[in-house]
Amino acid sequence: MHLRSKKLKLVVSVATFGLLGLTQATSADTLRLLTWGGYAPENVVEMFEKETGHTVEVTKSNNEEMIAKLRATGGGGFDLAQPSQDRIAGPQAEFGIYKPIDLSKIDASQFITSMLEATKGNTTVDGEVYGVPHVWGTSGLVLDTSKAASVKDYTDLCSDDVAGKVSYRLKRPTLIGFAFAMGLDPFAAYGDEAAYTELMEKVEAKLIECKPNVKTYWGGGDELMNLVRSGEVVASMAWDTGGWKLNSDNPDITFVAPASGALGWIDTFVLPAKGKADDAAYAWINFVMQPKVAAMITDAAGNFTASKGADEFVAADLKARYQASFPPEAVDNIKWYPPVPAGLEAIEGGVLDRVKAAN
Amino acid sequence: MREGTRIGFILLVTPLLLWLTLLIVIPHIDMLLISLRERVGVGEYQFSAANYLTFLQEPLYLWTFLRTAVMSVTATLITLLVAFPVAYYIAKMAKGRVKSLLFLLCLVPFWVSELVRTFGWMILLRETGIVSSLLQYLGLVDGPVEMLYNDAAIMTGLVYTSMLFMVVPLITTLGSLDDAVIEAGYDLGGSGPSILREIIIPHAMPGIVSGCIVVFMLSLGNYLTPTMLGGKDSLWFTELIYSQFIVRFNWELGAAFGFVLLFLSSFIVWAMLRLTGQTLEKTMG
Repeated sequence: MHLRSKKLKLVVSVATFGLLGLTQATSADTLRLLTWGGYAPENVVEMFEKETGHTVEVTKSNNEEMIAKLRATGGGGFDLAQPSQDRIAGPQAEFGIYKPIDLSKIDASQFITSMLEATKGNTTVDGEVYGVPHVWGTSGLVLDTSKAASVKDYTDLCSDDVAGKVSYRLKRPTLIGFAFAMGLDPFAAYGDEAAYTELMEKVEAKLIECKPNVKTYWGGGDELMNLVRSGEVVASMAWDTGGWKLNSDNPDITFVAPASGALGWIDTFVLPAKGKADDAAYAWINFVMQPKVAAMITDAAGNFTASKGADEFVAADLKARYQASFPPEAVDNIKWYPPVPAGLEAIEGGVLDRVKAAN
Repeated sequence: MREGTRIGFILLVTPLLLWLTLLIVIPHIDMLLISLRERVGVGEYQFSAANYLTFLQEPLYLWTFLRTAVMSVTATLITLLVAFPVAYYIAKMAKGRVKSLLFLLCLVPFWVSELVRTFGWMILLRETGIVSSLLQYLGLVDGPVEMLYNDAAIMTGLVYTSMLFMVVPLITTLGSLDDAVIEAGYDLGGSGPSILREIIIPHAMPGIVSGCIVVFMLSLGNYLTPTMLGGKDSLWFTELIYSQFIVRFNWELGAAFGFVLLFLSSFIVWAMLRLTGQTLEKTMG
């Protein structure tokens, strides 16, 4: 009799602890974050985990891989992803890999209003908003100003002054950048496949003509850093942060906004269709958009965020580099990527393949 | 007793069958289905052979495949030429600890990943790299020389990467050749070249063939080495597949390319076996 009651107590206590464990599990989730390098720095993750009790698993990736990964699982495997705002509407219409964002769970007052509205507009499919902005930046020219002062725009990369000392990526930003530098407007032709094909053919001819000038097409940021740091490349098409990072090592090298306008991108927050920890995802968004936390991300990634008021917490040298590269008129001249319609990648893909194959 | 061996057989074969069906057969069937559909509108697909037609009609893709195949065959032959003397020395001339040591030296580069090995070559060959600096220091050249980003660099990388896979089967087959047979050849008045041609190579043939098949397949399917060392002119077929899948979101064409690669590479291996009068059974046996 006595023994039995002891057993019963044990069972009850085990069950209670088990239940406690379960309730704990529902309030503290694991947030599987699919993001870019530098967007979820160690110290921010630590602060978030301490404050909310959620744990964060970070996977670093890039635009194309993010979409490919989500497409392979039908939008599963991750709870929050960060593709660029121009890559949301197209893949959503085509593959249905995201779920709409519940804007009531997001503290809109922390966002720069114009950027939030623009992103919402660009990521709307069938009346539902799929993305909110996080980090923004531009791509333009990274130059060694002591050796490549003549380069003012993308097309100048093809001039004889810098022959054999040029590098760019063989990806869509290069096509778009060259098109603008050639006086064309690729964004206006986005909706018209025939016109876009014709425009891209001109860009293709230019890139093939330019190919002997190119040392190599760079693939990753570190590869480019090595090329520029060693002096093998003096002019390149690259991201602003790359230029600023190199600037801190060698004051001659810096980021220059090209005459035809730097290309502006905004990386967003989206919820993958089969994400399981939405609450943790919303908590993360609201957490990192606080001005002080956003400034920590800016220090780690080198790019500014859509967080209102974060600028004043950012390190002074980064701010100085930003202001040197972007005088006010260059900021106004930034060409922001509109959403890429589904199917355009196939046209661009053909062009890139042919450029790669040309001699 | 019979019941026992049956259960043993089933237990042994189950992991293999599971492995084959779950990881090889089912994904390939899925890939085949993907490759046989065409995108007609947003999220709409229909059954068609358009992707395979694209491969045949666009000279660029055909040309890239040819280039990849020819380069891989060349890499295989160079690897064989380099590896054969090495393997012969290790199997026949070296004895005892020297033998183990030499074999270990062949293995050591494979303790680091392919990425690191390829990056090592980039450090050596680049314009501001070691070889270029050394040549300038010795006064052999005036300015920096760029040795990266060309076919020769790709070839060097491929041969280096696949050396081990040629050396190991060669050592195994050459090791089984009785020294007495070679001595008998000399006693009967054979010269060095004739013994190599009449005795050693015929004996080593299974090793040569299996080594060549492995090296050829590895080179053909290599992605990293051609992309990193080849730079702007790399143009490798696997690179096309990668970019179709990941960069273009065009899984249909990527899957078709995958199948084309599978069939054409199998065909090349088969044709090579026929040409040299070898069979797969002899090689494996």
